Amino acid sequence: MTKILDEPRYVCALGALQTVEAIYKAIPVVHAGPGCTAKVSIGGRSGYLGTQTVPCTNVGETEVVFGGEEKLHDVIENSLKVMDGDIFIVLSGCTTEIVGDDIDNVVGTFKDSEKPVLSVPTAGFKGTNIEGHEWVVDAIIDQYLSKRYFGEKIKGLVNIWGPVPSYDPHWVGNFRELENLIRELGLTPNCIFGEYRGIDNINLVPRAKYNLLVAPWVGLGNVKNLKEKFGTPYLHYPTLPIGAHETSLFLRTVGKEFNVDSNLVEELITRKEKEYYYYIERSCSFFFENRASSKMFSTVASADYALSLSRFFVNDMGLVPSKQYITEGVPEEHYDRIRQYFKEFNYEIEAEVVFSNDGYQIHQQIENDDYAGTPLILGSIYEKKLASKLNGTFLCVSTPYAERVVIHSSYVGYHGGLKLLEDLYTSVFQKFN
Amino acid sequence: MKINLKNNEVAVRENRLGSITAYNGSIKDFAEKSGCAGCGDKKRCFSQSSMCNNMCAIGQLFSIYDAAIVQHGPSGCAAIAMGAFMNDLLVKAVGKKPKEHSAYTCTDMQESDTVFGAIENLKDVIVETYNRYKPKAIFVAASCVSGVIGEDMESVIDDLKDIVPVPIAPVHCEGFKTQIWASGFDAAFHAVLKYIVKPAQKKTNKVNVINFAGGTSWNSRADVTRLLAVMGVEPTFLLSTSTIEELEHLSEAVATVSTCGTLSSYLGNGLEQEFGVPFIRSLQPHGIKGYEDWALKLAKELGKEEEVKAYLAEERRIYLPQIEEFTKKLKGKRAMIAMGPSYSQNYARILQEFGMVVEHVTSWHMDDLYDDGTVPHALQYQMDNAENDYTFSVNDLQNYEFVNILKKLNPDVFITRHPAGMIVWSMKLGIPAYNVRDEYTSFGYVGTLRFAKALYYTVTNKSFTDNLAKHVKLPYNEWWYHQPADAFFVD
Repeated sequence: MTKILDEPRYVCALGALQTVEAIYKAIPVVHAGPGCTAKVSIGGRSGYLGTQTVPCTNVGETEVVFGGEEKLHDVIENSLKVMDGDIFIVLSGCTTEIVGDDIDNVVGTFKDSEKPVLSVPTAGFKGTNIEGHEWVVDAIIDQYLSKRYFGEKIKGLVNIWGPVPSYDPHWVGNFRELENLIRELGLTPNCIFGEYRGIDNINLVPRAKYNLLVAPWVGLGNVKNLKEKFGTPYLHYPTLPIGAHETSLFLRTVGKEFNVDSNLVEELITRKEKEYYYYIERSCSFFFENRASSKMFSTVASADYALSLSRFFVNDMGLVPSKQYITEGVPEEHYDRIRQYFKEFNYEIEAEVVFSNDGYQIHQQIENDDYAGTPLILGSIYEKKLASKLNGTFLCVSTPYAERVVIHSSYVGYHGGLKLLEDLYTSVFQKFN
Repeated sequence: MKINLKNNEVAVRENRLGSITAYNGSIKDFAEKSGCAGCGDKKRCFSQSSMCNNMCAIGQLFSIYDAAIVQHGPSGCAAIAMGAFMNDLLVKAVGKKPKEHSAYTCTDMQESDTVFGAIENLKDVIVETYNRYKPKAIFVAASCVSGVIGEDMESVIDDLKDIVPVPIAPVHCEGFKTQIWASGFDAAFHAVLKYIVKPAQKKTNKVNVINFAGGTSWNSRADVTRLLAVMGVEPTFLLSTSTIEELEHLSEAVATVSTCGTLSSYLGNGLEQEFGVPFIRSLQPHGIKGYEDWALKLAKELGKEEEVKAYLAEERRIYLPQIEEFTKKLKGKRAMIAMGPSYSQNYARILQEFGMVVEHVTSWHMDDLYDDGTVPHALQYQMDNAENDYTFSVNDLQNYEFVNILKKLNPDVFITRHPAGMIVWSMKLGIPAYNVRDEYTSFGYVGTLRFAKALYYTVTNKSFTDNLAKHVKLPYNEWWYHQPADAFFVD
């Protein structure tokens, strides 16, 4: 069968460098060709680091012919002098792995340096940026956290994992809102990604009482690894909680699992839902009294958004799912479990899941399906023209999301659900309605 | 002869044009040592992420309206495809309808492919891409992986010639082969010249305009068209939004001009050498001197000097007093420039026209001699005419080097041109900066006025820069700022 990637929705494993950049003052050191960093920086913005401040060996013909170990050694050594960082993570690319550079050996010579230096093999042909994300976190656990003792467990401390930095368009806001929800439960969140979250947060990871993974599949290996290494129990909650229904379920589940007083949880939920429905009540009319709203929808997105948005639109908004397309190259071992998640909607509603990275075929299927009127398509930028062709409503929620600028917003939580509705109905109101 | 279309691939710039990516000195020193050849190139024992030739090659070819791209490599190499939305906007801006699909596919090479090769899958993907999108040509882009494992890209042409009825053009842009991303322009244009352009059947009234984004900002397209109309000719903007049919007929044009010397050397000289289309050798059309030199040299080729002189005189009457009004406010302001080799030298000249003091120029690389054996015009102009012996450096986007220089110089304004956030590093230091995002920013008198105003307003209201600098820190240790910028050069 032809292996074809048509209209790519992810990049290669080296894209994990965005995971490193998401840790404040973590410095990726890329051992790859001159263009690799720029290419895989799909959500690239100017943070503490930017694409062009990332140390890189810019591997050329000399390194391909004679090996690049010496160059790598020099670049790591001088990165430690030039770059103001707290942890340095070497990421290797295709060429250096094919020519057989012994990267572990080079990195090993820095084991006594003041700042930790780790390495992760992220050759592009080995996997996707989403898998690479998990490998980076594992490297931090195995090569740094496991090497020394960071102190006793701290009561109520919860590590939060889930969103893939930069690949999830709302990752910063999503982490922030997950932290807020955990805080509302009287627990203490710890996250290693986002707003000034850095080495101090990494150092807290082994001291947490619990790990919370909010994602359908990516990160599962990490929380299992943390359980094995530090004996920390984990809760795997597959859905990013969006809107009232899911957020309340999330709070109940987390509260129960992490031993929070159920009275406190129920009081919190009552208060939050009351607030949420004030705004819903004010807006009901234009959700349902216009010519451009949809009854059926498809997501064409990474598994986290496909699942979370499906649950929001079915369980909160009363829509009916057509096929849901999951596009980030999910490893097959997760297929059955993810399919099951789409069979657990209200009123025994189920959705068919299609795992595909072939935009052309996905579009053909959508065109052939009946949406009982105008379809709602929640996808990447590739679906914009399709939605327009089908006179549908479109919201860009998944990579590549070139048309949107996301600075601070999030779809997580009660407020996130309202933000999603603002974005969606702004889109509906662009049309005659 | 530097251009040989019989070869499957074009040599990279280091070998073909004597180009360099490392130098630190001054413009007079550079001139006295006879440019790149005399200065020689250096390597670095510390470096930051640059760019690759594949990005430039495919960036050009992907913007052709009715061609398809097949990237033979792992998924990350095809990341440029995610920019399809931008192409659509450009296509709309020139009044065409965006394609339903971007027609950009990838062979998604896996670990086993690196061992056993993947030419068979490549052929399947080419056929499938043709069947899905019926493009007018298919460009097949090499990657580091396909290069290192030695895939025979040319073999697909023969094997598929009876199955795919449009040109299949391999593009040799393996990223590890060059440190100079502009080598990718040459790889793309080699494919266009070798596989697409046909011998002329007739002469038309077209002028090939080699550029990037087709002058869609500020309607510069109309400014170019109006000037060419004075000479009785029409522009074909290349390559973005052009069609394969237009490219087939490039040989029939009366001349080739360009906005960028770095971009145009291979295509402009190739069209002249192989198809006899005169390539206009001038300053690029930025600022007053550049625009006039560009317009008049084209006019001379077309025998329309009097008409163009009259046209320019009228434009001068309208615009020069307005330009003067702003340049007198800019006079004496100290500036640092960091841009590609052609633009950096052109913009140094513009700032000199404004009476500003060019303190430093950084170029992302330097070409010693273009494909016709000439020294880049804009560089020659600086070597001959620069009033002060400003410091000059060459680095391939080495942020730590130009930030080091910038912090020491502390100029009134930093002017750069690159699409990946170069400007913010200056603003983080508290130095106001302007990003010449569009290539037509200073095109003609009208553009020169626009740029003078933009610069004046940039140095007038520094609020955002002040606020940002107060709240953020650059990712460098203080130690670095006390080292020479070329501390990590090695022979």
